[in-house]
Amino acid sequence: MTARMWWKTALGILFTALMLFPVYWMFNVSLTKTSDMRADPPHWFPWDPTFVGFSDVFAQQLPALVTSLVIGLGCVALTLAISAPAGFSIAKLRPRGAGPLNFTLLVAQMIPSVVMAMGFYAIYVRLGWLNTVWGLIIADSTIAVPFGVLLFTAFMSGIPQELMHAAKIDGAGAWRTFRSVVLPVSRNAMLTVSLFAFLWAWSDFIFASTLNRNGDQIPITLSIYSYIGNNTTQWNSIMATAVVASIPAAVLLVVAQRYVAGGVTAGAIKD
Amino acid sequence: MRSTSPKTAGGTEADGREAVVTPPSGPSGGRVDGPPENVARRSRLREPRWAALGFIAPLLAYLAIFYAYPLYRNVDLSLHDYTPRAFVMGNPEFLGLANYVDVVTSDAFGLALRNTALFTFVSIAAQYAVGLALAVFFHNNFRLSGLLRGMFLIPWLLPWIVSASTWSWMMNSENGIVNSVLESFGIGQINWLTSPDWALTSVIIANIWLGIPFNLVILYAGLQNIPKDLYEAAALDGASVWQQFWRVTFPLLRPVSAVTLLLGLIYTLKVVDVIWIMTTGGPGNSSTTLAIWSYREAFGTGQPEFSPAATVGNLLIVIALVFGFVHLYLQRRQERT
Repeated sequence: MTARMWWKTALGILFTALMLFPVYWMFNVSLTKTSDMRADPPHWFPWDPTFVGFSDVFAQQLPALVTSLVIGLGCVALTLAISAPAGFSIAKLRPRGAGPLNFTLLVAQMIPSVVMAMGFYAIYVRLGWLNTVWGLIIADSTIAVPFGVLLFTAFMSGIPQELMHAAKIDGAGAWRTFRSVVLPVSRNAMLTVSLFAFLWAWSDFIFASTLNRNGDQIPITLSIYSYIGNNTTQWNSIMATAVVASIPAAVLLVVAQRYVAGGVTAGAIKD
Repeated sequence: MRSTSPKTAGGTEADGREAVVTPPSGPSGGRVDGPPENVARRSRLREPRWAALGFIAPLLAYLAIFYAYPLYRNVDLSLHDYTPRAFVMGNPEFLGLANYVDVVTSDAFGLALRNTALFTFVSIAAQYAVGLALAVFFHNNFRLSGLLRGMFLIPWLLPWIVSASTWSWMMNSENGIVNSVLESFGIGQINWLTSPDWALTSVIIANIWLGIPFNLVILYAGLQNIPKDLYEAAALDGASVWQQFWRVTFPLLRPVSAVTLLLGLIYTLKVVDVIWIMTTGGPGNSSTTLAIWSYREAFGTGQPEFSPAATVGNLLIVIALVFGFVHLYLQRRQERT
């Protein structure tokens, strides 16, 4: 039996290695010298690494990384500010029309980003909001807000009614109940929503490439894209940027795998 | 974790106040039955309406300004002839449905539709098959299975531009690792990204890779909901592992499978990043899907053509909504059973 299990572990490692090969390759290329880049066959291991790519990243990409960080955090703040109260209202205060609203949110998640990007472009042209960081924060938040409301609603529906009732007996109004009872209890839901809002904003390319094409402050995804366009030979620098751009995803996966898996299954599985 | 079913709760919510009488079947914490519930209900009725409205008002305003209005603008774009000049001046000519007729009757439409169908269906079929196989494999709970399963999530979390650039370099004709490996097996150079015969296949391969983690996670969670004793009973009856899969796992996983496939479908229809970065829809139109077509008309060239772009985009919405409603219908039905 144990021998059989070891055999499965070995197979599991093999599958994982195959799956993660492109990620490894990104690392490998980021450390390859420009002169070895077109070697045939390619170098499988970075025996003779160069850190030119990474020093290029720190020389050129830091502003873009900071912009992405600001956009990501802004998007988290905006998403939480809108979706947490809305989730509380739908779950506990039962406003009129909650059914149609839920339906609208589900449909909203199906609208392709490219369509939203065109609508936003048409509006931002008039308002002069193109190439601004807040314009991008708002656009990116449209990916996360419907998800956030649905997740908060589901989570807050599970908060025991007697907890709400106790708050009421103590004389707490709706706002006080929300802030002092519901929000602290909903920490897990807030973490999951924040995590996805951040990752989606950080990874966004469509909105960045349409609404912030000529801005001074471009996010990292767009920076990589224009870098590829301008430097078709320096793949070590391109891949080094890609590695750095992947750091938030890696960190969040290590720190919060539970919440990631929970968020992915949200809505797809019935308990 | 507790918050795994917003749509489930949403569905119950849609039935209005009845939800108070029959609480959602989802995570119900320490719900109280009988008299305390009645007290809670009575006090909720006394809850001022303005509080409910106040908490939801930001969302309503947000949806109106940042969802409804952009969509309205999009429909508006598709019904007029917005040249770049008219776009800024705001005096376009009204065309009615002429843009739609133009798009549907153009030569590119048939190809784009075929590419969209191939890209979407081949991607999700392969993602599902591989995802299911891996989910069943990881369900064995061997040593390190949790860690390895976590590592499988990495491709899904990386920014798509990162994955797509990596795949572009791996599939480079002269210097890519893919061709180098194939060469050692005696297969000649394949122009993955620059040949019209291979471009669509290449972006499908990259997209399958991107989607496997999503399928794995959902299907794995679905497997965990299948009671263990069913397998024990099947094993007692002498069912082989293969029979157990086809007679127990697969039928019981059907609802989860349907949801996974439909969600995958809705996501895959929208994909722009991966294709745009790897091939920009080319060479020619050989890897152009509807989403790419729309993106290219509006933003991909120096000459933005917003009206046709919005028209293609709206057609894409209609297709996505059709499958979306199938998804919602199936989910409602699943809840009733």
